[in-house]
Amino acid sequence: MSAHDEILEPRPQGAIARFRAFREKQPHLFLLVLMMLVAFFMMDPRTWVVLTISGLAMGAMVFLMASGMTLTFGLMNVLNLAHGAFISLGAFAGATVLVHWLNASAGESSLLANLAAVVPALGFALAVAGVVGLLFERLVIRPVYGDHLKQILVTVGGSIILMEMIHVIWGPNEIPVPRPDALTGAFLVPESWPVIGGVALEKYRLIAVILGLAVYGMMTWVIEHTRTGILIRAGVEDQEMVEVHGYRIRLLFLGVFVAGSALAGLGGAMWAMYREIITAHMGDELMISVIVVIILGGLGSIKGCFYGAVLVGLINLYVGYLEPRLAAVATVGLMVGVLMWRPQGLIPVIKV
Amino acid sequence: MMQRLLSGDYPRSRALTALLLIIGVSLALGPFLFPGVRAFSMLGMICVFIIVVASYDLMLGYTHIVSFAHTMFFGIGAYGVAMASDAFGSGYGALFIGIGGAMLLTILLSLLLGLLSLRVKAIFFALVTLAVAFAFLSLVTQLYNLTGGEDGLAMRVPRELGPAFRPFDEPWVGFDVVGFITGLFSAPAGAFQNALFDVRISGKHLMYYVAFVSAVLVFLFLLRMVNSPFGRVLQAIRENEFRAQALGYRTVFYRTAVVIVSALLATLAGVLFALINRYVNPENTLNFELMVFILLMCVIGGMGTLYGAVVGTAVFLLAQNYLQDLLKLLAGFTEPGSLLEHLVGPDRWLLWFGLLFVLSVYFFPTGIVGQLRLWAARRRQRRAGDSPLAEQGDQHHAS
Repeated sequence: MSAHDEILEPRPQGAIARFRAFREKQPHLFLLVLMMLVAFFMMDPRTWVVLTISGLAMGAMVFLMASGMTLTFGLMNVLNLAHGAFISLGAFAGATVLVHWLNASAGESSLLANLAAVVPALGFALAVAGVVGLLFERLVIRPVYGDHLKQILVTVGGSIILMEMIHVIWGPNEIPVPRPDALTGAFLVPESWPVIGGVALEKYRLIAVILGLAVYGMMTWVIEHTRTGILIRAGVEDQEMVEVHGYRIRLLFLGVFVAGSALAGLGGAMWAMYREIITAHMGDELMISVIVVIILGGLGSIKGCFYGAVLVGLINLYVGYLEPRLAAVATVGLMVGVLMWRPQGLIPVIKV
Repeated sequence: MMQRLLSGDYPRSRALTALLLIIGVSLALGPFLFPGVRAFSMLGMICVFIIVVASYDLMLGYTHIVSFAHTMFFGIGAYGVAMASDAFGSGYGALFIGIGGAMLLTILLSLLLGLLSLRVKAIFFALVTLAVAFAFLSLVTQLYNLTGGEDGLAMRVPRELGPAFRPFDEPWVGFDVVGFITGLFSAPAGAFQNALFDVRISGKHLMYYVAFVSAVLVFLFLLRMVNSPFGRVLQAIRENEFRAQALGYRTVFYRTAVVIVSALLATLAGVLFALINRYVNPENTLNFELMVFILLMCVIGGMGTLYGAVVGTAVFLLAQNYLQDLLKLLAGFTEPGSLLEHLVGPDRWLLWFGLLFVLSVYFFPTGIVGQLRLWAARRRQRRAGDSPLAEQGDQHHAS
């Protein structure tokens, strides 16, 4: 559709060339704009705004979950199929804090009291997933570095064990996680605003978008501007060379794996409050989105992961609104289409 | 004849031969050796899953292609015949329409997946198939007017293959092996008499033997296939794809062919499953958990050996059905309500199996069959490596 707009420009030759260059150099932005434009013409503007914000919120949460997996793959060449179990683990850890330990503070309606429950819950989810990630790397993944087939096998096995342990500790039933009062409800856009006046934006979704952007910004900063980030990028490029220079790359691996698991846990806890009900198998279901995201973005790329997550979130919401039954198919269709177009993913370099 | 039948690929271990014979005889005479509905349905499932796991092993073990879409093809077969019987009634015509439709869809989808795998790195293939299988599952769940959604479909089988068909008025005699052995300890005198039981032959038994014969034929076919030049190329691809390419083999063609053959066999297994189980829903045909189970069976039995598929399937399904009983027994000894009780509770069988699985990947990466063969080979080597005197002694013993 944007192709039509471009053709109307005075210099069609140059415009088409520029459009092509944009499509090839910035495939993620091209796809994003294309999708938003197509959706914009298929629904009324207010619905579109609401769906776009919700899609961004979902994308932000999926990004939290997926970023760890893509980094572990990019840096360590480890395909961790147990990542979904860490998502569930984080959700259950967060729920424990909210429902059992700080339920008084979570039940109040003032923002401060609520935050006093939500922040520890997220922190606890982060910590539990991180610690279990540490053990998991030591016990399960360390012996199978460099062997993809075995990685797939042991991480599938490890995922079974983790999920069963969740059943052992928290019981087999699903647990309701009421969202604290201050985070429910919505902002109303003032009626006087053009086009989108009167649209209700859910608070929690805005918070998710902000948190996702913050984590994305922080990760980009760490990787581009700190010493650790330089080492990570160097490790992705050439492991042996980093070791030759006297850095302990194993320690770096461990750090990245723990950080990735912790982020998955954080994403899981956010998701728990978003859906307000959790099961041990929620990780498996989210795992599909995570996989689509990291393939879309290109394995190992943070930027690609972020845009992939946003694309997945948006297509889920748009298609879910137009034809609810096809949401999952559209997500996977997007992935297959992108793979046909660019087999390496949108932003293929493992560099950030 | 054995040489031709097994394509020269013998078990190469006495323990393994014995194990395979036990499994083979148990399956061949199954309905007459194990009384009870539960045992009967488990035997049927073993036959079906031998096909599934053996065809999966063709990809995983022989070519190192990791696919998570095997249950999708299994589900296509099962849903194909179930939907056909739903639409056109229970005749053989409907059955064959269902089988034909399922096979066509399978060829199409597996061709697409195979071709897609050329465009992406090997590791992508696992992830892509996982996502595609999930999309298929969600589609089947959502299109409830066609597929029955979560509730699934009841399959109407042709009369000769259903429980209503009774070819013989007189019951046949079965011999309860497990009952006989336990009887030997408790009441040795009447053990033999007590172990006899009546078997009323019905269409279900007929269907069981259809599945059993199919399993045997598929197994021998696959054995033939992996020991043919085609199979050698597959193994060459597994060991070093680049080198196989350099030797002039079109690895692309071989990989796609393997994906298609394996998917078609999974579809066949799905058809048999629908006919035996007479009920199809997303949970028993398409679930991700089922896919993991297939993976476990394949790895525990031994990747890259078709005998492993047989052993793995039998061991896993036995554990699935009877490990829970054992754990229930164990849980009886623990304090009620304690963490320990939760750990060994009957619902936690999968925890222990997962642990076993991870340990076996580390310590017995070749699975049960690989390990048995390794031990047998070591023993042979030791014998051959001994001094000639000892060997003479051996011959002396033999004479």
